[in-house]
Amino acid sequence: MTVSNDQLEIAENEMSTGTGNLVMVLCQTALGIAILFVWQGVSGRLVDNFFISNPLDVGRRLLGWTLDGSIFLHLWATVYATMLGFIIGAVIGAALGIWLGISTFASRLLNPYLNALNALPKVALAPLFVLWFGLGIESKIALAASLVLFLVFLNTFAGVRQVDQDLIDGARLMRATRLQVVTKVIVPSALSWLFAGLRVSVPYALIGAVLGEMIASNRGLGYLVQFSGAQFDTAGVFAVLIVIALLAMALNFVVDIVQNRMEGWRIVSR
Amino acid sequence: MTGMIEIQHVSKGFRRGDNVVEALRDFNLTIEKREVIAIIGPSGCGKSTLLNMIAGLYMPSKGRVIYKGAAVTDVNTDVGYMTQKDNLLPWRNVRDNIAFPLELAGVDKAEREARAVAVIKQVGLDGFEARFPTELSGGMRKRACLARMMLYGAETALLDEPFAALDAQLKLVMHELLLRLAAENGQTVVFVTHDLMEAVTLADRVIVCTRRPAMIALEQKISLPRPRDVLNVRFTNEFKELYDALWERLRVEYQEERV
Ligand SMILES: Nc1ncnc2c1ncn2[C@@H]1O[C@H](COP(=O)(O)OP(=O)(O)OP(=O)(O)O)[C@@H](O)[C@H]1O
Ligand SMILES: [Mg+2]
Repeated sequence: MTVSNDQLEIAENEMSTGTGNLVMVLCQTALGIAILFVWQGVSGRLVDNFFISNPLDVGRRLLGWTLDGSIFLHLWATVYATMLGFIIGAVIGAALGIWLGISTFASRLLNPYLNALNALPKVALAPLFVLWFGLGIESKIALAASLVLFLVFLNTFAGVRQVDQDLIDGARLMRATRLQVVTKVIVPSALSWLFAGLRVSVPYALIGAVLGEMIASNRGLGYLVQFSGAQFDTAGVFAVLIVIALLAMALNFVVDIVQNRMEGWRIVSR
Repeated sequence: MTGMIEIQHVSKGFRRGDNVVEALRDFNLTIEKREVIAIIGPSGCGKSTLLNMIAGLYMPSKGRVIYKGAAVTDVNTDVGYMTQKDNLLPWRNVRDNIAFPLELAGVDKAEREARAVAVIKQVGLDGFEARFPTELSGGMRKRACLARMMLYGAETALLDEPFAALDAQLKLVMHELLLRLAAENGQTVVFVTHDLMEAVTLADRVIVCTRRPAMIALEQKISLPRPRDVLNVRFTNEFKELYDALWERLRVEYQEERV
């Protein structure tokens, strides 16, 4: 009985949001088209084309880059640096968070240094990364990873500290080894925090990669926006911005899908 | 003769700043192997604290707890402990929660699941194997904890108000189950309850505590024969006599305290 009730409620919700969604999408599309028209109309009349370019030029630029394939080279460079930076930063951040969360001694010892590092604007590390890893993609990966690392670390650390001591005691009474306490109680319990950290850090991975490319590079969306700007190519700058925005939205979309899966597994939602 | 569990001159205080809450004072109790002990006492007197000390989760401020001849100085892995607050792992479903101790011991998946499903039936949770603790009622969570402890089959079972959240019928089923399994596995059982009827039905000895700080107010041997018929034992004359005597002594005890 309760099951059918649940299903009914879900069905009702889906229906109401379903029709709502359709109207909303239409409105959103209309708004987008309106903005494009206003932009096209204002450009060259109220505001100089040099500053804001116009949708047609931007569209032509995007089309040109797509046809000659050059945009994909840059896009791939950025995606690659973002993903690798994200993975490396997440793994190190999570490991560090779990380790320091468990070890009171280490966390107290390292506390002031971690605070200082965390307060440091990571972008200021960029020259160092260029010195260490060169002008290639490695320095961009490092910058993205450094941004992700701290976010994931702080979340994981907080999560490990939040673990219910009663659950740990219960496991120890049932003869759990230290390792089992970590893998079967502490990590699963901190997982929702870890995922929250991963989620917020995805955009930062992209920021790190793009910034790294803007500082010193010959490829990637960050390089392209920087290069277009230096050429006073406003249409080019807008075109890259649109690509970056689309990429960011795609990344968020992927994160949402992954998170929904996790919620299905009851890991995130407790 | 030395007992299985010896609580020797144990005092326990909880300190916060200059403020000390004294939960137990000079508590002495010897529990024999395979004995079933019921502990009764006013709320907040220190019963859970006592169980925590037997489990080695709290250390006494004074005195010591001896378990099988050795002082308890760390988590006591020979006991199974069903705490007052349920401590199921929220990210595991009922079956995986109950099979958890077997998983820790390295029992393979098929066997531990089969054994978990068997105890789940016994506590009447069949159909809920795949549910998560948040989807259960309070009493169902308690039964899941009970099932987990029974599956673990520790030498000594500590239970803190194990049946408090259950209805009268279900209580009887659980009483029966507890007594049967404890007898089968030769377990020593220490349980806390607020229900005198339950205490007399199940226990070999009833320990009544005073108000905080807990001391032993009185101790009553329950010499009803075993195995006990949990359903009908309460209607026997021996039971009535014991129950009435205890009730009278409890009344006197609490009256004296109130003065
Ligand atoms: N971890 C703790 N820190 C501080 N004080 C505590 C702690 N545990 C228990 N106490 C205090 O010790 C006293 C006894 O608590 P305990 O939980 O043992 O009572 P209880 O007899 O189990 O009560 P109830 O029947 O309500 O469960 C209480 O006054 C409580 O405030
Ligand atoms: Mg208690």
